Amino acid sequence: MEKDKRNHLIRLFVAIAAVYIFITILEFTLRPTSIIFTVLRKGAIYSLVAVSMNLLNGFTGLFSLGQAGFMLLGAYTYAIFTMPLAVKQSERVYRYYECIVPFDTGVFIGLVAAGLVAAFFAFLIGLPVLRLKSDYLAIATLGFAEIIRAIFQWDVLGPLTNGANLLREFKDLSRITIPFTDIPFPPTLFVFIVVGICILLIVLLINSSYGRAFKAIRDDETAAEAMGINLFRHKELSFVISSFFAGVSGALLAMFQYTVQAQQFRTVLTYEILLIVVIGGIGSISGSCIASFLYIALSEWWLRGLDMGTFLGIDAPNLFRSGFRRLVFSLIIMVIVLFFSRGIMGDKELSYERLRNGIRRISNRRRRPE
Amino acid sequence: MSALLELENVTMQFGGVVAVNDLSLHVDQGEIIALIGPNGAGKTTAFNCITGVYEPTNGRISFDGKTIIVNHPSGKMKRTYAGNKAVLFSSEKTIDPTPDEITKLGIARTFQNIRLFRSMNVFDNVLTAMHLRAKANIFASVLRLDYKEERAMRAETEKLLKEQGLWEHRYEKAVSLPYGFQRRLEIARALATKPRLLLLDEPAAGMNPQETLELAGFIKEIKNRYNLTVFMIEHHMDLVMGISDRVYVLDFGSLIAEGTPEMIQKNQRVIDAYLGVSKDV
Repeated sequence: MEKDKRNHLIRLFVAIAAVYIFITILEFTLRPTSIIFTVLRKGAIYSLVAVSMNLLNGFTGLFSLGQAGFMLLGAYTYAIFTMPLAVKQSERVYRYYECIVPFDTGVFIGLVAAGLVAAFFAFLIGLPVLRLKSDYLAIATLGFAEIIRAIFQWDVLGPLTNGANLLREFKDLSRITIPFTDIPFPPTLFVFIVVGICILLIVLLINSSYGRAFKAIRDDETAAEAMGINLFRHKELSFVISSFFAGVSGALLAMFQYTVQAQQFRTVLTYEILLIVVIGGIGSISGSCIASFLYIALSEWWLRGLDMGTFLGIDAPNLFRSGFRRLVFSLIIMVIVLFFSRGIMGDKELSYERLRNGIRRISNRRRRPE
Repeated sequence: MSALLELENVTMQFGGVVAVNDLSLHVDQGEIIALIGPNGAGKTTAFNCITGVYEPTNGRISFDGKTIIVNHPSGKMKRTYAGNKAVLFSSEKTIDPTPDEITKLGIARTFQNIRLFRSMNVFDNVLTAMHLRAKANIFASVLRLDYKEERAMRAETEKLLKEQGLWEHRYEKAVSLPYGFQRRLEIARALATKPRLLLLDEPAAGMNPQETLELAGFIKEIKNRYNLTVFMIEHHMDLVMGISDRVYVLDFGSLIAEGTPEMIQKNQRVIDAYLGVSKDV
């Protein structure tokens, strides 16, 4: 058993290292405008939100619909923190307002601050809501996400948020450099490193003593409480941590998009994430990651042709026009939900053994008819 | 011998229903005490009051000489309160701990309908119950700075599972165990919180006579090994009469008898409560 565990860890490490080497090679060989980079970056960012939602939804049994709101907080915090002072004071971004933020910070501080601001708001929402034993959290967070979006476009907050106007020229993916030098950092690799560290922390959390307490709450609140686990404290912890990472991913999304506007963080974004979590499997970290890359690849790349007139070499501009992609996409999701009702991974994690067994099973099935 | 657990005039009223009425009892250090009574007599409600699941409407509960729960009717309940002795505690400040705080004091429990952590294996079920004694904060825990504590917890779990004969099943899902083992696991999990008082809610429910007999030996054994006091709700009279030092009998929320198993067996009120008595006799 111990040896199995060590082998498992070594394989995992090798696989992760291979992914990072692959990304680095891609960065130096492909055109920087390639669609693959868009898919990889956005997929990685969505992975992080999906995993953070899974921490709450799949591992603690709490249902929150505030992801878009916390991402918005993270995105704005990051943009406001890292926008150079010179830009803030010029007319380039804050055209109608006087920016009241008298400092600018580096990328790292910006990312951490983005997480902390989101976590702080989660803490405040959790104080009243998490004492109740029901799905009030979903309602409260859904309302919060809508309210925060409206507030951030409010005129009075203009000196801070630039009202309903765009924020840009902050330290986005094209402006990050290797520390202490002026050499630009490979952007996709940067996203992968940040997302990788965050997901690693979440995985470590889930497998720690606190993670076990979270799972106990998910399995049976009454029994967990009777075993000395303080429900409110642990739910609050899980909610705050989940929101922290949602905030960080919001900041990454801002970096990826080069601009931030409250309008982008609609409830639809939360539902997209929820969809990814469900498709990937509630309670599976690797499932969330696989599902988010698949989701982004489908919606941004593979099914693009359905909106553009040509798909798989079929030229049918009357059928394949704007909106058709959504229709096909919905059908695919329905099929997945019908045939994989517990998601791609269920509540299991991807592992070498599982992959090997899966492949063996498929090849056996092929051989049988002969 | 001093009372480890003491209930004074505990009343639990839900709306107009008085589930537990003016219940006073004591459980002394090292005893095995049984609480019996017909269905719906309020036994589990009494347990839920002790463990902090319910806040009793009136009364005081002390553990090891310290008051841990005290309440008196207030607000709307003041008008609708149907019990008596409300005056006794009206000057005291209400103490209403949550179940986890009660567990931390050293009172562990099992449930009438087994409540194991479904998704976890046997080992993790017990390991999780040790979380309440983990001192590391969440940052230390995530960064694995608590590895010494974690290792100690795992060693303790191993010891406990070996003592309970569950070690061979450690990697099995808790809910896939045979019924008797699930009961055992639930008790082992309760023991992992290092209790001084163990509350067992119908430990023999669903067991055949042979299994019940084994359970009796098992309860005695853990009582001696872990220096426990046991307070249990039970229907199987063989088990109750075989191992309890004293028996309390509840009927319609009120205590109707108390004494040694022999005394209870001969008590006319108890016999009436169980068998029913015709009104016009």
